[in-house]
Amino acid sequence: MNWLIAILQGALFIILAPLLAGWLKYCKCHLQNRKAPSLLQPYRDLIKLSNKQPVVSDQASWLFITAPYLIFSATALAATVVPLVVVDLPTSASADVIVMVGFFAFARFFLALAGLDIGTAFGGMGSSREMTISSLAEPAMLMAIFTLTMTASTTNLSGAIAHVLNEGLVLRPSFVFALFALILVAVAETGRIPVDNPSTHLELTMIHEAMILEYSGRYLALIEWASQLKLMLYGVLIANIFFPWGISETLNPKDLGYGLLAILGKLALLAIFLAIAETLVAKMRLFRVQEYLSFAYLLGLLGMLSHIILEASR
Amino acid sequence: MNIEQTDFYTQAILSIAALIGLMSFLMLGQSRLLRLIFVFALQGFLLTLTTSLAAHSLHNPHLYISAALTLILKVIFIPWMLRREVLHMNIHRDVQTLKNKTFIMLGGASLMVFSYYVLHPIVQTTAPVMLNALAVSLSVVLLGMLLMISHRQAVAHVVGFMSIENGLFFAAIVATKGMPMVVELGIAFDVLVAAVLFGIFFLHIRSSIDSLDVDLLNRLNEIEK
Repeated sequence: MNWLIAILQGALFIILAPLLAGWLKYCKCHLQNRKAPSLLQPYRDLIKLSNKQPVVSDQASWLFITAPYLIFSATALAATVVPLVVVDLPTSASADVIVMVGFFAFARFFLALAGLDIGTAFGGMGSSREMTISSLAEPAMLMAIFTLTMTASTTNLSGAIAHVLNEGLVLRPSFVFALFALILVAVAETGRIPVDNPSTHLELTMIHEAMILEYSGRYLALIEWASQLKLMLYGVLIANIFFPWGISETLNPKDLGYGLLAILGKLALLAIFLAIAETLVAKMRLFRVQEYLSFAYLLGLLGMLSHIILEASR
Repeated sequence: MNIEQTDFYTQAILSIAALIGLMSFLMLGQSRLLRLIFVFALQGFLLTLTTSLAAHSLHNPHLYISAALTLILKVIFIPWMLRREVLHMNIHRDVQTLKNKTFIMLGGASLMVFSYYVLHPIVQTTAPVMLNALAVSLSVVLLGMLLMISHRQAVAHVVGFMSIENGLFFAAIVATKGMPMVVELGIAFDVLVAAVLFGIFFLHIRSSIDSLDVDLLNRLNEIEK
């Protein structure tokens, strides 16, 4: 029964990810006085791409073709670790948050290799930029997450969420810092606007799109889906760690329904905030990104320090 | 004592103290004047929040007046005045390069540690929230001084001075659970007078050396040499 629900939750994660991307685009279009595409447009794009015949360069090695599958499955595995509607499931008990960061690093490694594989100038440039940004973003993310795990004294994500949930409303200075750090990192890692522009293929400053420029057909569909999944993963992480109220702690259907409704509401709200931020903020120069990420790291570090100084027992 | 066992007021005061400390660090590293003024206004807003929280949870209604004064003076009037000055002088596009930015930030961090070290024996006997709030406000005072030393624009000096006042005010609110009304009105009036005086000083400095960069004041010596 537990395993069944865990698998269902993972499937729900994967199925809902394009919907979140569609909702985000919908909000953004309305904020920018444009006519929004339907909420189901990302699904239609994915179906259209997977029906097309992929074109692969004759210079490509086997790595180029296997990389999309590896990236998608690593991201999907990371998704099963994060509690979506219910805590305390066997999948989240078997892997902790450091494993989840490891899955991200794994997917990113293969994405960067695939970008280099074809040998175009854009691919190499995109890979180099992606690695630069992720090497700065990952410590900041770990700092923010360590703050949480020190509070809950476990690195298991569902255990930590249950701890925050059971404690009730406690205002912690360290969580405020960790929340801001994690939001900044999430924006950088999912390639949203101040760091990377997700809606263009034609800029010299692009990062994610530069790496996947050579992909087409079902391979492109898989990579797009994986990046939508990653966006949703970060959204769920922020929503469930810092605002866990509503998540179900038991397996009875009523609680599960409430949990689903709660997380959908939280994600919809978060997407609205992200759309507003993306409309207000202009894209940064690439060389400013390290300042941005070191600020995120500073916030994470301050979160940890204020946990030790302000909150620890003496 | 763990933070879970304290009441909501203490938790909120601790969170706001941490944020006020962060704002001081942000001001220290800021190289654009308009953003510096914006962060200063944010710090003032946090102070307003502290005061009204204290008024609410300590049932001390005259603190609401103090909160309103803080809001009007430190969040709206002084930032507006400084902003107008900067826009009028046309220096809002200048990026002011800090010499040794890393050293300044590290110095700020060590000042924070220093203030914890200094205050540790004093408040051993009182609640830990006092230690934290007092240490944060002492470090806000010290960071404001560092801001005045490290920046060269006169506007930045004024912001540093006002943030010193913010630190003192925060300590006063948290430590005394609300000062007498006369003292608070006096402080608010002082701040207002200081703001007006600084405006006049800006006018004089500008008319004598055509800039608000105080390093240019050294130039008179070099001409005589």
